[in-house]
Amino acid sequence: MNAETPRALLLALALLSTAPARAAGFAGLGDEAQGFAEPQPGHTLVFPRDHGAHPEFRIEWWYLTANLTDETGKAYGAQWTLFRHARAPHGGEGWDSPQAFVAHAAVTTDALHLFAETRARGGVGQAGVTAAPFRAFIDNWSFSATEPNLSGGTISAIAPRFRYTLALTAEEPLALHGEAGFSRKSESGQASYYYSQPFFSVEGALAIDGAERKVKGRAWMDHEWSSRPLSADQKGWDWFSLHLDSGGELMLFRLRSDKTLPFLSGSFITADGATRMLTRDDIFLEPLEQGLVAGRLLPLRWRVRVASLHLDIETKPLNSQSFMGVGIGYFEGPISFAGAQSGVGYLEMTGY
Amino acid sequence: MKQFFYTLTTLTSHWRRRPGQFAALFVGLAVATALWSGVAALNDQARRSYDRAAGALGLGGSPSLVAASGGFFAQDAFIALRRAGWKVSPILEGTIRLGDKSYRLLGVEPLTLPKISSNKMPEGDDLNDFLGPPGRALIAPQTLRALGLTEGATPTISEADRLPPLAIARDLAPGMVVVDIGAAQRLLHRPGRLSRLLLAEEPTADAPTLESVIGETLRRVEADEAPELAKLTESFHLNLTAFGLLAYVVGLFIAHASFGLAFEQRLPIIRTLRAIGASLRALSLALVAELTLLALLAGAAGMAGGYLIAAALLPNMAASLEGLYGAELDGALGLAPSWWLSGIGMALIGAAIAAASGLVKTLRLPVLAIAQPFAWREAQRHWLYRQAALAVLALMGAAAALLFGEGMEAGFASMAGLLLGAALALPLPLAAMLRLGERRARGPLAKWFFADALQQLPGLSLALMALLLALSTNIGVGSMVEGFRRTFTQWLDERLVAEIYFEAASDKDAQRITAWLSHREDVAAVLPLCKAKTAIRSTPGSSWPVEIVGAPPHETFSAHFPLLEAHADAWNSIARGDSALISEQHARRLRLALGSTLEIPTPTGDWRVEIVGIYPDYGAAKGQLRVDHDALSSRWPDARRLDYMLRARSETAPEIMLALQAEFGAGVARIIDQAALKQRSTDIFERTFAVTAALDALTLVVSAIALFASLTTLAAARVPQLAPLWAAGVSRRSLALLELARVTLFAGATALVSVPLGLALAYDLVAIVNVRAFGWRLPFHIFPSQWLEVFALALLTAALAALLPIRRLARIAPASLLAVFANER
Repeated sequence: MNAETPRALLLALALLSTAPARAAGFAGLGDEAQGFAEPQPGHTLVFPRDHGAHPEFRIEWWYLTANLTDETGKAYGAQWTLFRHARAPHGGEGWDSPQAFVAHAAVTTDALHLFAETRARGGVGQAGVTAAPFRAFIDNWSFSATEPNLSGGTISAIAPRFRYTLALTAEEPLALHGEAGFSRKSESGQASYYYSQPFFSVEGALAIDGAERKVKGRAWMDHEWSSRPLSADQKGWDWFSLHLDSGGELMLFRLRSDKTLPFLSGSFITADGATRMLTRDDIFLEPLEQGLVAGRLLPLRWRVRVASLHLDIETKPLNSQSFMGVGIGYFEGPISFAGAQSGVGYLEMTGY
Repeated sequence: MKQFFYTLTTLTSHWRRRPGQFAALFVGLAVATALWSGVAALNDQARRSYDRAAGALGLGGSPSLVAASGGFFAQDAFIALRRAGWKVSPILEGTIRLGDKSYRLLGVEPLTLPKISSNKMPEGDDLNDFLGPPGRALIAPQTLRALGLTEGATPTISEADRLPPLAIARDLAPGMVVVDIGAAQRLLHRPGRLSRLLLAEEPTADAPTLESVIGETLRRVEADEAPELAKLTESFHLNLTAFGLLAYVVGLFIAHASFGLAFEQRLPIIRTLRAIGASLRALSLALVAELTLLALLAGAAGMAGGYLIAAALLPNMAASLEGLYGAELDGALGLAPSWWLSGIGMALIGAAIAAASGLVKTLRLPVLAIAQPFAWREAQRHWLYRQAALAVLALMGAAAALLFGEGMEAGFASMAGLLLGAALALPLPLAAMLRLGERRARGPLAKWFFADALQQLPGLSLALMALLLALSTNIGVGSMVEGFRRTFTQWLDERLVAEIYFEAASDKDAQRITAWLSHREDVAAVLPLCKAKTAIRSTPGSSWPVEIVGAPPHETFSAHFPLLEAHADAWNSIARGDSALISEQHARRLRLALGSTLEIPTPTGDWRVEIVGIYPDYGAAKGQLRVDHDALSSRWPDARRLDYMLRARSETAPEIMLALQAEFGAGVARIIDQAALKQRSTDIFERTFAVTAALDALTLVVSAIALFASLTTLAAARVPQLAPLWAAGVSRRSLALLELARVTLFAGATALVSVPLGLALAYDLVAIVNVRAFGWRLPFHIFPSQWLEVFALALLTAALAALLPIRRLARIAPASLLAVFANER
């Protein structure tokens, strides 16, 4: 599977359903697809239809990570994620709907990492996603388009200690990963549909413990769906989304297997929106320093190289404790990088 | 160490020489522990069951939102609140029938449940299974066993409905079935309806207010405000605890008597031990070690006894708790470590209390003091004064509890003070009686009889006090139970006048059944009842849950329904729809009287009614209002409309019942005729008091043992006093008869005192404890035949207890009597 998988799905599965004990791969992402639809190469994504939910696929998520600064230049990270998980590809109405949702929201500073989780059943109106106009919501959290084809939108979350409302705008087109949105996740054929809007510029307000500040910055949006994105031996991943100061956007991921070499993949999106797929021989991900996070040893600083781009950078987290302590915990936090290129981005690490 | 060991061996050798005394001490402590721990085990068991029921999934631990007017509300409120940021979780509760029993069906939504509850829910694949399809019905293992079903079974609950496959959930309360909210709405025929929203997290400070989201349709109920089983059954358990304590005190009397005697008889040994060099430290250590050992041994035996008592009483208690409060207990007695600790602790404390005075006396003994039993008579006057002073204190305490205390704890406290005061004061009238007898007596033997009896009074008084407690409790509880039985039976006769009572499985079934019944000529009337639940606001900020029953105007009610007091045209006013009858307990709780008006919150707005009658509702734990059927029905669209009463000639009733069941099968959820219903109510009643009666009887047995122990230990000590009489020519047989006469006199006098005390106790129970505990006041009945019984019982107890010592006296070897003179004490 490609990078996409990592982000949401572990949570979706762990929280909504599949028991890790019986599940294969990380958080059950390697389970059999059992009657669910499977991504097919050559399929064409159609928008705005494909912004919406795909209930015939088992898992799906809408993911936004934002690197922000306030008026004093202080750095913040904000995360908003909605996972959908289906118990069955078809099903009834109301409470009988097989769809369930989990959402995570977080804000990060150099000293704080606050997160919240909420869950909902599909079918009754507590959570849902519509394609046109695009709107994803759960409880009082929402992500909705204000412009056609997601070129503008608003995203908000409210948690006991923090809240944010961010306005998003993008001039550039959506970036389709892999082969026109068909993103492979393993050598044995696991795949997902995956596209991003990496070019969002953000303006909005963010409050922590009641103190509100104006923030602005850049955000990366992902939308991915699949039914079996991991192979059974894949236990976790490391995923990067990087906003290069030169204007380009880079997404890289490494799927770790306990049997074979890691599966590496990625996309480079030029400043004018052209996407190029990166292959495993092109990508070098090297942990430089490990640290204790939520009781586990995680690589905190990385050396990232992409040969074809002459890119060689070192990343460091804004807050090394950006850990989402939910059902199955994972690291999701803002990073900055320097070297041949500088910039900011997000790092996600699962399965440690 | 050696010194300690020899001291201990020497001290304990006493028990070898006096096994009877040891037995009395052992039995006293063991019995005290047994009754106490038996009651404690029963209470623990019940409490655990309630905790599980209330904490079923920990739902009781979260505040919740309920319909302001009671009943169900639309699911939209849940969505609206979630979308406004309120972390609420929907609950739908109801009752289902499985076989011939009712079960509480709880529909939950596992993804939004508060953490405390979701932790107890299935996870992972099991969660997927629970959500279904087909879903799962979670059930406690013992409930599954009781149903005779296995996991995976899908039992039928009505004609059309089956439960999802059953699955065991260990933490679940018995009698409860947990399904997904969607399944619950389907099974209870309440699509889109909810009964409660649990508040998983407090709303954030900037969250919109409840009113701004959903208006005033829901109100907040704090976690502990809901009347849970523990609260309802509190009085029942307080009753048991009071009995346990009483038995414990009576047991301690025995232990105290035996210890006192043992210490006294061991004074010579102790003096000798001290004289030959045993240090005070070694002596105290040895005495404490002996005491601890005894307490542990007797405590262990007591715990075993307590277990047996609890196991024997559990089925009755379980049945009555279920009948009265719908609380289902676990059938198998589970013993917590805390129970063992508290039981052994009670034995140790008991032994310490019982031995304290003897211990102190012994340790203060001057080494060279004359080691002979105290001259009782000398000390007696002081002793009497002290007793009297204590008695006055206890009685004052009782009066204070009555005057200033509130709640049934105060009722019990006053009862305890009364009993203790009366028991402590008992020697006073006995001594007065004996002094009078002594003055009036003619002839030396008669004078000696009274003088000797007076001298024995302190030695026997503890046993007599125990007997007094047992006898008066017997009278008090007996009067209450018998009074209750009569009132209850008469009330049942008046209240249950319909020939057949039935419950339809669903609204649709109800319509079909009533239509069918209307064509039958042997049915004189079909009286539908509708029921709703709401909460009446009492003082600002608090409210009481109440059930409202609507019945049509009919002679069945107006001519028969038992009322305590009512306006003359009460039934007509009710038929007008602006008046209500209120149950006695609810009237007391809300301080309402005839003519008071009441605002009843309903889904269609507040409903103002006048109270035109108050009726007794014995056995009901919750408050109730009765109103007109149509008036209730129009205000509660969601009211339950499944209960019916049928009037017919009583001889045709069985035929109608059979025909109904044949025609509608499972459409008739429950059906019962008048006789069976009365029988069932009476059964519940009997079972409730079976526990009381058993403890009552046990207390009496304990007091008999106390008397026996005291007499046995006294008998040996009395030989020196009897020897001169024998030498003066009184035969052993006459001496034995005199002893019997004295014991009978004491017992008879105690029984006489126990009658007024018992009546005071009964009055306290009926007029104070019952009213405060249950909310109803029973007529105070007097049953002189019971007093005769108690009197006879007292004499019999005393005679039985005296039998062995007296037989021994009658057969005592003359040599033993002579030895008294030979020893020249």
